[in-house]
Amino acid sequence: MQEENNKILDELTQGEYKYGFYTDIEMDTAPKGLNEDIIHFISQKKKEPQFILDFRLKAYRHWLKMKEPRWGHLHYPKINFQDIIYYAAPKKKPKLKSLDEVDPELLETFNKLGISLEEQKKLSGVAVDAVMDSVSVKTTFSETLKKHGIIFSSFSEAVQNHPELIEQYLGTIVPYTDNFFAALNSAVFTDGSFCYIPKGVRCPVELSTYFRINAANTGQFERTLIVAEEDSYVSYMEGCTAPQRPETQLHAAIVEIMAKDNAEVKYSTVQNWYPGNKEGKGGIYNFVTKRGMCKGKNAKISWTQVETGSSITWKYPSCILLGDNSVGEFYSVAVTNNHQQADTGSKMTHIGKNTKSTIISKGISAGQSNNSYRGLVKITQKAEKARNFSQCDSLLLGDRCGAHTFPYIETRNKSSIVEHEATTSKISEDQMFYCNQRGIETEKAIGLIVNGYAKEVLNKLPMEFAVEAQKLLSISLEGSVG
Amino acid sequence: MLLEIKDLHVEIDGKEIIRGLNLKVKNGETHAIMGPNGTGKSTLALAIAGKEGYEVTQGEVLYKGNSILDMSPEERSLKGIFLGFQYPVEIPGVSITNFLRTAINEHREYNKQPPLSASDFLKNMEEKKKLLDIHSKLTNRSVNEGFSGGEKKRNEIFQMAMLEPSLSILDETDSGLDIDALKVVANGVNALRSKDNGFVVITHYQRLLDYIIPDFVHVLFDGRLIKSGGKELALELEERGYEWLKE
Repeated sequence: MQEENNKILDELTQGEYKYGFYTDIEMDTAPKGLNEDIIHFISQKKKEPQFILDFRLKAYRHWLKMKEPRWGHLHYPKINFQDIIYYAAPKKKPKLKSLDEVDPELLETFNKLGISLEEQKKLSGVAVDAVMDSVSVKTTFSETLKKHGIIFSSFSEAVQNHPELIEQYLGTIVPYTDNFFAALNSAVFTDGSFCYIPKGVRCPVELSTYFRINAANTGQFERTLIVAEEDSYVSYMEGCTAPQRPETQLHAAIVEIMAKDNAEVKYSTVQNWYPGNKEGKGGIYNFVTKRGMCKGKNAKISWTQVETGSSITWKYPSCILLGDNSVGEFYSVAVTNNHQQADTGSKMTHIGKNTKSTIISKGISAGQSNNSYRGLVKITQKAEKARNFSQCDSLLLGDRCGAHTFPYIETRNKSSIVEHEATTSKISEDQMFYCNQRGIETEKAIGLIVNGYAKEVLNKLPMEFAVEAQKLLSISLEGSVG
Repeated sequence: MLLEIKDLHVEIDGKEIIRGLNLKVKNGETHAIMGPNGTGKSTLALAIAGKEGYEVTQGEVLYKGNSILDMSPEERSLKGIFLGFQYPVEIPGVSITNFLRTAINEHREYNKQPPLSASDFLKNMEEKKKLLDIHSKLTNRSVNEGFSGGEKKRNEIFQMAMLEPSLSILDETDSGLDIDALKVVANGVNALRSKDNGFVVITHYQRLLDYIIPDFVHVLFDGRLIKSGGKELALELEERGYEWLKE
């Protein structure tokens, strides 16, 4: 029977990556490797002001002194940082007014992804800033947003058009000294998104960015900065897909969020980068630093993530709760299959009074994968009556995968309350038989049960994403049965 | 013949539980199987449904004339065999609505019918809920999660009503029910009885049979049906117990 189970799981876990295709657009690439010349090259290409170049160079010089972190529960060969191309941009860099002007091949790419801008525009009212290999190609809905004084553009455009804002906030939440990959990103970031919500404005649409790593051997180092002024609100969605390649690719992004008094920022991610093949070859190395600062009173930042892709995930979206009564939330579903490895979780740093944080993490491991939750809840001395609730659940499919939980709690204030719950479970034979008896085959039953298991988190996603995320959960666990 | 069981032997972990059982169920009939605890009632139900670990070592189970012993549990379900569980399992986060819609569309696909639209499905569900006196909130809850004993059993009957099986096997559907819940469950079953389907009702007590009047009553003891009769047998068992049959 065990054998039978393994057989079914094998079949299930041999799902092929469904987004593996490659768009042939002429690239304007830097030579391989990293040195100060390359950084000057990137900065020149992007016609950046001096302060950005200075920032890059400082970061680079600091990076040289740093060591790659190896404390994650992750095993991978040494990364050769001199073997990576740090800049690649589509040669046609059009200024576009409508979708008609977009390269048809690019549109085709989006169509294959099932997230065509066209459809998005028509159906969901979502403003899309599509990032393809480091340079933004198309921003929609900018007119509507402009009316509200909202700035939503590629990072490069923001550097040109709003240098004062970039200079004010760049690196203030994730300094380049923060960690090895943050320093690397700060030195070589090529593009990303910038979003600014003025005081008192509720952003009327969900802002969405689709990132896509395209050219071979190109590391993607994007950088996102979101600033929410007092009493503002924005919901921001980030979706990621990358084509299939035999070799591994490095991705090291930074996301910084600033929330002032009474501001609320919801940041949702669906990440389904190429996870490597069944034997564990290829795939994305995803080393990401995401941090939000609740600077003002009553500010709120929520991270919601559904992580099904990448061969390695190293990611801890976190919140610094500086303002009194500010709130930080982290809702996560991480699925690992075949040989994928994920070490992910959150960091909540309570500084202000009455600050509250919630961590809900659902890990699902299948195949021979390893899935770790790592989280830090830190209550500082001044954080009177701070509260945290953490719940970390792991679901195991089969007996060759691993689930691990590394919760760290530091409290320096006696009035605080910190709760941590953790469970590990398997899909029971009785649950499976119950589904089977109702006519639901094993593969579909797993999809159903896993989606139910992750529901608490999926419910936090914007509607447009929830459907996609549900499908993804099933796709990444289901496969080619029958 | 809807169901024909011939000389059935079933083992669990090498231990023989069912030892040569024979039973015939025709369309339109309701059979009650009674007997003391530990005589193999649930084993029989689970073996017919095809649960792993319930090994048929001898004999035959024919459903509509064809052997089902080589079929997977889902195939048996798709062909129209329904098991109402004695202990329905919880599936956290999966709403009854979603669960049933998935199940029904699997059945429709198997029968080469297009999937049911959301509105048709909901309409169907409302009708069946009315039939079984089920409150609307129940179907929004996760399958059996935090359900009372009565709610779980009612949910089983509700699923049966939605899936419209040819053969329904109800395993101790009455256990843990108070008299009101028992009536609701029985009324549901009675409403679903027709000349085109059959029921095997497994019960420990005669009580349920006051409300679901069976055509035949069988006594299962030590892995065999040792006595069969009409509905009056149930009353006799109520009065005299099982001891007199054991000799």
